[in-house]
Amino acid sequence: MKNTFSSELSQKVASMLESGEVQLVIGYEEGTKRPRPCFISDAADAGKLIFDERCTGNLTVYLTKKELIGDSKVVVTASYFALRSILRLLTENQVNLEKLVVLTVSAEGHLIQFETTDDIAAFIKSAPVPAREDDQVLMQKLEAMSREERWEFWSEELSKCFKCYACRAACPMCYCTKCVVEENRPQWIQPWASTLANIEWHINRAMHMTGRCSDCGACGSACPLGLPVHLLSKKITEEVETSFGMNLNDTLQGGNALSTFKPEDKETFIK
Amino acid sequence: MEKRFISQPSLVRWLDKLNSEGKHIYAPVKKGGERVDFGRISSVDQVSFDHVQTTQSAKSVAFPRTEVLFSYQKEKGKVQLDNFDPEKMPSTVVFGLHPCDAAAFNPLTAIFSWNSRDELYDARLERTFIVTFSCTKADESCFCTSVNGGPGNTTGSDIQLTPVKEGFLVEILTEKGIALVKANEDCFEADRGEVKEDYLAKLPLKFDVKAVQERLNTAFDSPIWKKQSQRCLGCGACAFVCPTCACFDIQEDAHGAKGKRLRCWDSCGFALFTLHTSGHNPREVQAQRWRQRLLHKFSYMPERLSVRGCTGCGRCSRACPVDMNISEHLGSI
Repeated sequence: MKNTFSSELSQKVASMLESGEVQLVIGYEEGTKRPRPCFISDAADAGKLIFDERCTGNLTVYLTKKELIGDSKVVVTASYFALRSILRLLTENQVNLEKLVVLTVSAEGHLIQFETTDDIAAFIKSAPVPAREDDQVLMQKLEAMSREERWEFWSEELSKCFKCYACRAACPMCYCTKCVVEENRPQWIQPWASTLANIEWHINRAMHMTGRCSDCGACGSACPLGLPVHLLSKKITEEVETSFGMNLNDTLQGGNALSTFKPEDKETFIK
Repeated sequence: MEKRFISQPSLVRWLDKLNSEGKHIYAPVKKGGERVDFGRISSVDQVSFDHVQTTQSAKSVAFPRTEVLFSYQKEKGKVQLDNFDPEKMPSTVVFGLHPCDAAAFNPLTAIFSWNSRDELYDARLERTFIVTFSCTKADESCFCTSVNGGPGNTTGSDIQLTPVKEGFLVEILTEKGIALVKANEDCFEADRGEVKEDYLAKLPLKFDVKAVQERLNTAFDSPIWKKQSQRCLGCGACAFVCPTCACFDIQEDAHGAKGKRLRCWDSCGFALFTLHTSGHNPREVQAQRWRQRLLHKFSYMPERLSVRGCTGCGRCSRACPVDMNISEHLGSI
């Protein structure tokens, strides 16, 4: 069923495609069970676009895929968390705002097109963070555990991981063309599936996400085995805030906790 | 093929006996939420009967996600090599898998005996008994009937159970199946004459597999691959949950003078899958990898091994984070 907002969106992108202002639209269409990503380059197909509360997948993962985008100017329909990812990708010079039209929907159901990075940042600051109750419940449960219980919990969960790397593939921030797990000279991480090797992989992933994760949860939702791997980076994001005083919104436009040096930092090894 | 009947209480007794004989029994178990997956059980109470499909297939009983091919130890110029030991592999009953999973052991076996027999795979499968449950329901991802299977297909099963009134219709299909029943004769009653088809799920055809195969023969250069693969993220979820995907990688777990050689699952969706040491990659982009996946299953395997690499279990579609619905894609080729 199409709501009025989706019709407004379809008309908007159809006219942008027709005028040649953009060449590709990355949006959502109806899928087998829930909305799925779709790619539209012909205005005639714009009618299948939808964008409603079910569209929670993070489409920004496609923005760094050169084989998909090429030189096109691209429209992306961005959910709240996708906007965070876009800001992050902008600060890491992975996307160019001149080649990108970012659209979202306001709380009142209006179509918003962002002009500048500051507009996106302001929107994120003012918009409510979409609640994810299941995550909160599990996080509280984990917080209440002793260190040993938590180790047991994660060992048990991660022992199931079969290393399909859907978590990595769905993450907008995992854009490296060669991942550390694929390096074999030297082999930093054991590539086979086993409890220890799986923990190695997920800790490495969490460390690479530190101060960069937009908390979109795409890694966890992509996991075919339902492992809550997104909570690892969520927890680290909270730790960064506690230990470095950098909260998610602050870090979106600046550097990140693990790759930013400040003269007033107390560690002196880097000087 | 002999038909029998087993009541619910007798089924409990039968599994208890198999368990006490030392057989490892794997069956679908509820894993929280809607998720059901295979796990080792000790009693029939732990088995889920009302799910459509387990998240993972049953292939790992014969082709584990990581397996040790051999281990070695070097000492003073001498090398001690420890090969895998078939005697240490447990006798296993996979209980309650669906016909699509049992049928998948045929293509798997065809792959693992293409040029030469794979001793490990053979040894594991030899020790495995397959007791299927025919399907009384299906979902939008199921398409077994489109690939010549069906909710009551018995290919690959040693025994098939169909839930009927007050118990199960038992079809005893192979020598292994006969052995499992013979050893526990008192659990089984005479056939009650139930008509199996009355209890099976109805699953309409989603595509004509012959027509698909013919079109694939000339579709190598088709622009459709690019279009279909656009949203594919290049992960291995589809291959890893697939009951017939058999690609593997060989890894060395070396620690100085000792180590192990491992066989691990791999996926044609991965960017590194066909990367040559020269730096050239014949499947450079996702469109070529997606084409490889479909052609391998629906064209190359039927041509070379006379068996299709898909049994319509629908797991790849369910597991895909971006809904690469395979039956929909096949239908649109």
